[in-house]
Amino acid sequence: MTRNSIRLTLALFCAGLPALAQVDLSGSWQSKNHEDALERGAGPNPGDFTGIPFNESGRAFALMNSQSQLSMPERICAFYSQWHLMVGTFGVKMWNEVDPVTGKTIAWVIAPWEDRAEMKIWMDGRPHPSKNAPHSQEGFTTGVWDGDVLTATTTHMLTGYLRRNGVMTSDQATMVTHFIRHGDLLTLASEIVDPIYLTEPYYISRTFVNTTNLMNSGGPPCIPGDEGVPEGTVPHYLPGKNPLVDEMTKVYGIPQEAAMGGAETAYPAYRDKIKDKFKTPAKCQKNCGGPAGL
Amino acid sequence: MGYRIFALIAVALSLVAQPPRGGRGGPPQSPQAMAPIDLTGYWVSIVDEDWRFRMVVPPAGDYMGVPMTAESKKVADTWDPAKDEAAGEQCKAFGAPAILRQPEHLHFTWQDDHTLRLDTDAGTQTRVFHFGDSKEPAGPPSLQGDSVAAWEVKGGGRGGPPPDPNAPPQGKGSLKVTTTHLKAGYLRKNGVPYSENAQLTEYYDMIKEHNGDLMLVVTIVTTDPKYLREPFIITSHFKKQADNAGWNPTPCSAKW
Repeated sequence: MTRNSIRLTLALFCAGLPALAQVDLSGSWQSKNHEDALERGAGPNPGDFTGIPFNESGRAFALMNSQSQLSMPERICAFYSQWHLMVGTFGVKMWNEVDPVTGKTIAWVIAPWEDRAEMKIWMDGRPHPSKNAPHSQEGFTTGVWDGDVLTATTTHMLTGYLRRNGVMTSDQATMVTHFIRHGDLLTLASEIVDPIYLTEPYYISRTFVNTTNLMNSGGPPCIPGDEGVPEGTVPHYLPGKNPLVDEMTKVYGIPQEAAMGGAETAYPAYRDKIKDKFKTPAKCQKNCGGPAGL
Repeated sequence: MGYRIFALIAVALSLVAQPPRGGRGGPPQSPQAMAPIDLTGYWVSIVDEDWRFRMVVPPAGDYMGVPMTAESKKVADTWDPAKDEAAGEQCKAFGAPAILRQPEHLHFTWQDDHTLRLDTDAGTQTRVFHFGDSKEPAGPPSLQGDSVAAWEVKGGGRGGPPPDPNAPPQGKGSLKVTTTHLKAGYLRKNGVPYSENAQLTEYYDMIKEHNGDLMLVVTIVTTDPKYLREPFIITSHFKKQADNAGWNPTPCSAKW
């Protein structure tokens, strides 16, 4: 047997083997907005901070926020960090980039979608940049395989929405996402750790469904435009002046103290604190869903 | 040279072809002994998704997110929690398709080496996951139904060194549970129904976060040709507890 034929045999053998402890995540994955449907679709109710483990700074910052900030050319796009993958409504288009010489996967890529930048998950062992390196909307992401689960860590993001009603992450936030595939289902379990605005990690899990429909981006990433906010003006509410702070109480009967969030609001024991203050409204008032739509 | 290469290939092939655990020749190991992940112990739900549907009772007619059929809406529109309680049906939102959406603590134990048991303090419910052929005989449909469980161990178990017991649990394997024979109930507390024809498929995965938190992620898929236009797919997550802190068994309630 010649040396070339031995090499060919080995190459064919190796090509036929699955890469141990890796699964193929590539393809188009459709978002099923069966949970947090309003939050991921039209957007959450104003003043709905339930379950957010933020500190006083995070809460104060959220209450100062006016959605009209999205009309500022400087902020129209920048609010959408990689976390938008978890709280937005869009699907996922994913593929691997391969080193043309070695054939190894050097990165997994999630395509951009409108306001969210591309996420490139580097798999080649490169380190994250210095903590003093510039931040970007895309951030910087590396990944490792833990058995069949891809764990991606994103740093160097800009400040962005944790929830799309003014709850913010700082640019010091780290996002960790676990990609778990079960056949046609792709579950993303993600956490945000933010030493500036959160007292403990914030967890979200979502499941996407494999589809033959191409989950292409809806167009180029967000394009800033002038929506009429006067130059030098930042729409905001002064402390204690947010007119939507009691929206959850008016619409759902949820006590304001619960709507204002904090880590304890995410745990079962918190129900005891609000049991005597909550009254189920007689009827859904708006955004009620049903057979005609989600 | 060529023969050595082929010998190496043969050895590699034999390693790849090995069963995940337990090896050949000896008696088959029990599901408990083969468990790629250890679910036993106490877990607490973290409710930061669908909060207003889970922590409190949502208003009548709030169906956001559920792919309901028109017939489902007709049924849901008649929801009356007082009537449910009067009829002794206060546990309808605590059946298998909805129980892991309750704010609650979970307690996993091995009932025997082929049966994993899951107790919840919310509604004081018990689910029993049967591995292999040890499924209970089918009686009347029940709130928690009949659950058949199987470990899913994929690439990570083939060949190579034995698993590192100190390695993160993610990717070592998953628990798949299929549940049928369900008594009709509610997907949500405000009367969104599932029928007796509903089927449930769940995947239990464990992951370890950078801060050491051990998380349980459960992907829940409910199909119901009568009341759902498509599979209802949600994902719940729980954090591992060192002990039973907060464990507080409470009865079902239709009103809270």
